[in-house]
Amino acid sequence: MGEALLSQKLVGDRLELTASGSWTAPHAGELETEIDRLTGSPSGETPSRATDVSIDMAGVRELDTFGAWLLERLTRQWTASGREAVVVGLPQHSADLVEEMHGVNRETPPKPERGNPIVSFLAVIGRGSTGFARSFYTFAHMLGEVGMAAGRVLWRPSEYRLTSTVHQFDRVALQAVPIIVLITFLIGGIIAQQGIFHFRRFGAELYSVDLVGILVLREIGVLIVAIMVAGRSGSSYTAELGSMKMREEIDALRTMGFDPIEVLVLPRILVLVVALPALTFIGSLAALYGGGLVAWLYGGMSPDIYMARLTDAISLTHFQVGMIKAPFMGLVIGLVACAEGLRVKGSAESLGIQTTKSVVESIFLVIVLDGLFAIFFASIGM
Amino acid sequence: MSEKAPVIKVRDLVVGFGTQTVLNHLDLDVRASEILGVVGASGAGKSVLLRTIIGLIPRREGSIEVLGKDLDKVDEKERRALERRWGVLFQQGALFSSLTVKQNVQFPMRENLDISQRLMDEMAHAKLEMVGLSPRDGDKFPSELSGGMTKRVALARALALDPEIVFLDEPTSGLDPISAGDFDELIRTLQGTLEITVFMVTHDLESLYTACDRIAVLADGKLAAEGTIGDMLECEHPWVKTYFQGKRGSNLAGRESTHAERMTEREGF
Repeated sequence: MGEALLSQKLVGDRLELTASGSWTAPHAGELETEIDRLTGSPSGETPSRATDVSIDMAGVRELDTFGAWLLERLTRQWTASGREAVVVGLPQHSADLVEEMHGVNRETPPKPERGNPIVSFLAVIGRGSTGFARSFYTFAHMLGEVGMAAGRVLWRPSEYRLTSTVHQFDRVALQAVPIIVLITFLIGGIIAQQGIFHFRRFGAELYSVDLVGILVLREIGVLIVAIMVAGRSGSSYTAELGSMKMREEIDALRTMGFDPIEVLVLPRILVLVVALPALTFIGSLAALYGGGLVAWLYGGMSPDIYMARLTDAISLTHFQVGMIKAPFMGLVIGLVACAEGLRVKGSAESLGIQTTKSVVESIFLVIVLDGLFAIFFASIGM
Repeated sequence: MSEKAPVIKVRDLVVGFGTQTVLNHLDLDVRASEILGVVGASGAGKSVLLRTIIGLIPRREGSIEVLGKDLDKVDEKERRALERRWGVLFQQGALFSSLTVKQNVQFPMRENLDISQRLMDEMAHAKLEMVGLSPRDGDKFPSELSGGMTKRVALARALALDPEIVFLDEPTSGLDPISAGDFDELIRTLQGTLEITVFMVTHDLESLYTACDRIAVLADGKLAAEGTIGDMLECEHPWVKTYFQGKRGSNLAGRESTHAERMTEREGF
């Protein structure tokens, strides 16, 4: 371990310490162990029997704040137990540093209290449930604010941010088309393949077309698109608004007399409300196409038969059910994403947490909403 | 100041972005244990120079020697060892926003030193007290700090490993004159006790008068002037002349007052 940093000699009741080497940050670890051994470390080793101590610092080559503090700690602990400590041979510039260290760490900040584990466990549960309740509150709050902003815009349509809306529409809808088409195409194909594979045993392959048509138009088309959009655009809304919040851009807007909801949130949500039905429509087409292709290549069903069967199996109602749901899903995704974005606090970590929350919550709500719609449509016989 | 070998030796440095050349064959020496103030118009390349020396911006030509080591000739391991010997205070503080103040200061210690948590806590408190903060601030998060406190914490983090060189990028920008004055004083004091070399990019004339031993002026990608405040006042370079002998500059130069006097004057407003 290189050279000795501290050597000791007991002369009567007096402990004579000779310091040497570099009392600097890289050696702070070793030095601390040696000093703890002398003063009786918190781990319970007995301190030396000597009543006073002198420390000769003349042999120390370098001294930095780490060394100076450890020296100060040694003398402080020694004197605290009613004994005497003298430091000799300190060069002038090091003396200044040691003097500086003399004043520090005089008051230790209160340790954060570690409470009863059961209580803190209950606190975690309590905080979690109120947090859950609060996210519904922020959701409702955001819905109200957006409604108000929409009302104001209807009153004075000239103040609506059309440019921003067009820009967002390009990002959220147009640029999403390729990936949405690809995914729904594959899903349609998979449903058709599974349908044909299992129905073939009963000789009922034709019914796989009913399966594809009804499932895609009523449920899968809109759900897949909503989940994709929540992951793609919802997360980017949250991250955008969150970093604007962090850099006080939202406060700046507010002080200039603009309502951030009207300027930032409303166009984004309206775009989603329009984009989701459009993407659902395109997605459903792609899924039906994928299903047809698989039925032809895998099931040996000619495109003519597929089309004929499809027109028999599906009705306008199925299509309407899917399309009616889409704008509501867009609204939910937009509201959650913007509300979570505006809840971001100062740190990069909180931006990450809110973005995760935004995606998880909006996918959850989209599925819950889909369930509610299923009950609703069943009861009105659609 | 001592006449030892320069701590930072920049020779023939060329740095540019795209078609634009920011630093054009620049030479600069920073001597041991001095506070060098680098000034220049906005966009003259002060921050670029600082960031090039610490290796954040690639250079087109020239050599940089820090603490006797040529940055082109060191390998990865030596370079990391070298980086441990300097500390940097970024313009915006660049504190890690998900760590508390104390964890920010301890971060370099935790990564580089093998010391106990207790010593780390004590050292973090010591550093915070040295930069004029209370250990109570240690549990705050960077988003809860004021501008001045952020700069102080960033300085404490830059000093965490007792570096030999400290790079300060506009340490007093965004601070009120009194805090800025305190900060200059602080840098002066720390430089005195810790014997560090300070490379300070600044806009603040007051800092140049109170804190700096020597001043380097950047203009047109080169060093336009170099020397003490006295040299600057006699310099004939047009930019230097306007800067130091303009209204704000000559006000400061006119009064041969100490910092303390200036503080009391300010309070009289």
